[in-house]
Amino acid sequence: MSQAQPAIAAPVPLAAEAPRRRRFLGADLTTHVILLLGVVLFALPIWIVLMGSTHDAATIGRGEVPLLPGSEGWNNYATAWSEGNTRRASVPVSTMMFNSAVMALLITVGKLAISITSAYAVAFFSFPGRMLCFWAIFITLMLPVEVRIFPTFQVVSDLGMVNTYQGLIIPLIASATATLLFRQFFLTIPDELVEAAKMDGAGPMRFFKDIVLPLSATNIAALFVILFVYGWNQYLWPLLVTTSTDVETIVIGIVKMLGAEADTEWNIVMATTVLALLPPVAVVILMQRWFVKGLTETEK
Amino acid sequence: MRRKVIFGNKLLPYLLLAPQLIVTAIFFFWPAAEAIRYSFLRQDAFGISVMFVGLENFQDLFADERYLQVVWNTIWFSFWVTVLSMGVALLLAVLADRHIRGRDTYRTLLIWPYAIAPAIAAVLYIFLFHPSLGLLGRALNGFGVPWDYRLNGDQAMLVVILAAAWKQVSYNFLFFLAGLQSIPKSVLEAAAIDGASPSRRFWTVIFPLLSPTTFFLLVINITSAVFDTFGIIDALTGGGPGNATQTMIYRAYVDGRVNLDLGSSAAQSVVLMIAVMALTLVQFRFIERRVHY
Repeated sequence: MSQAQPAIAAPVPLAAEAPRRRRFLGADLTTHVILLLGVVLFALPIWIVLMGSTHDAATIGRGEVPLLPGSEGWNNYATAWSEGNTRRASVPVSTMMFNSAVMALLITVGKLAISITSAYAVAFFSFPGRMLCFWAIFITLMLPVEVRIFPTFQVVSDLGMVNTYQGLIIPLIASATATLLFRQFFLTIPDELVEAAKMDGAGPMRFFKDIVLPLSATNIAALFVILFVYGWNQYLWPLLVTTSTDVETIVIGIVKMLGAEADTEWNIVMATTVLALLPPVAVVILMQRWFVKGLTETEK
Repeated sequence: MRRKVIFGNKLLPYLLLAPQLIVTAIFFFWPAAEAIRYSFLRQDAFGISVMFVGLENFQDLFADERYLQVVWNTIWFSFWVTVLSMGVALLLAVLADRHIRGRDTYRTLLIWPYAIAPAIAAVLYIFLFHPSLGLLGRALNGFGVPWDYRLNGDQAMLVVILAAAWKQVSYNFLFFLAGLQSIPKSVLEAAAIDGASPSRRFWTVIFPLLSPTTFFLLVINITSAVFDTFGIIDALTGGGPGNATQTMIYRAYVDGRVNLDLGSSAAQSVVLMIAVMALTLVQFRFIERRVHY
C-alpha cells in the first residue's frame, strides 16, 4: 500500500523489433481484432437494451430483438420517467432516480466526511486508544453487510429507521477502505509542513482546512467515483430496509418491474435500465483519470 | 509507521473519530455480536420463547444436504467467475498494453462496465439469454438446443456465472493493466534482445512479474463472487430453479428475511464471517510479503 506509484516508462520501441516490422503489422491487426471483440462483448448487451427501448412492447414481446432504433423511443422514456410500469401501480422512474441520487450522494459524502476526519485523527494526533480505534475501523473490512444481514436489519428496525433515508444511508457510511487510503496519504505529508504550520500558529483545524483538504483533492475525487458507484449500485441493503415505494431506488425498482414475466412491459424495462446505468457510467467515464488512479491505489 | 510531529489536543481526536466509531459500533459490531448470540439460540415456532441450543444450529446446518449443495454452488460459481473474468481481463490487458493506435480509447471502452450494478447486469443478461426474448437464447432454441435457464439448473448456473464474470472483467483489466505498466521496460528489452519470442517473453518474464497482481485479484475476485453477487442471482434466477443457483449469501437472506428462521440464518452469518476473515487474512498476509518483495 505504501509503495511509490510505478513510473510509466515512455513507449520506446524495442530495438530488436525494428527489422521485423511486417510481422508486427500482422500482430497489431490481431491485437485490434481481439480488443474490438472485447469492446463488442461489453457493448452488445447495452446496445440491445438501448435499441429495444425505442420499440413498442409488442415487438420486444414477440422476441424480435431489434438491433436498430425504432420510433417509440420518446414515448417509452417519457412513460417510464413519469409513470413507470403502467400495468401495475408502480413508482415513476423519476422518483426512483431521485431516491437513488440522494442515497448515492449522501453515502458518498458521508463516507468521505467521516473517513477523512477519522484518518486525520489517527495520523496527526497521539492519544490513548489510538491503535484500538484504528483496528476497530480496520476490522469492519471483515464484516460486510452481506454477512450480518438479519441482525443489522433488526437493529435498524429497533431504531425505527425502516423505510427512511436514514436507514438506507447511515448503516452504509462507515468506510474502512476510505479511512485507510486517507491515513496512508496523510503519512506522506512531510513533518516540516506540519512544523511550519504550527510555528505560524495554525491549530489542528486550521491546518486541516488550509493544508490537508486541498492536498487531498485528488484522493477525494478518486474516492468520489468509487463510492458513488458503490452507493448507486446498492441492492441487498435497500431490499432489506425498504418496503415502501416512497424510498424505492432505481436498481430495486427495475428488478421489481420484472416481476411476473407475462405482465412485464419489456420496452419500459429497457428504457428504465438505460436510465439506471447512465449516472454511474457517466461518472466513471468523465472522471476516468482519477478513478483509474484511485482504484488501483486504494485497494492494494 | 507514525509521524514525529503531531498536534497535542486531548479531546479533538476523539471528536474527529466519533462519527465513524459510532456508526461502526451500532451497525457493525452490535449486529455481528447479535449474529453470534442468535447462532446459539433457537426460537419456538410462535416466536414466544427462546432457548440456548449450543452448537445445534451449526450441526443442523452442516447435516442439511441442501445447505451443503448451497456451499458447493458457491464454490463452483466463485471458481468459474474468477477464472473467466481474470483470464479474459489478462488477455485484454496484455493487448491494450501494446503500443497500438487508439489504446486510450480501448481502455475507456473496456472499463465502463465497472459502473454497472450487479442487478442491472442481470437485467442485461435476461435480454441476451431469455429463451423467447433474448438474442442468444432465441438463437440457441432456433438451432435446436433446448435452452431455458428458468427450468434447467445447469443453464441457470451458466448464465449467472457469465453475467457475474462479465461485470468483473473491467475491474481485473484495470489492475492487470496497471501491473503491466509497472514492469520496467528494460527487462522486456533485455528479453527481446536475447531473442525470446513474444509468447516466451510473456510466460517467462511478464507473467511471473505480474504474480503479485494476479494473487491480489484472485483473493478479491473470490471475495466479490461470494459476497457481491446477490443482485445478479436475485434478479436473474431468484436462486432457482429449485435451489440450483442459491449461494450462501442468498440462502442466509432467504432464511432470515423470508423464512424467519433466525437461528439458522445467524449460524449462516457466522459461517460467512469466518469465511471473510480467512480471505482477508490471506490477503493481508500476502500484502505484507509483497512490501518486502
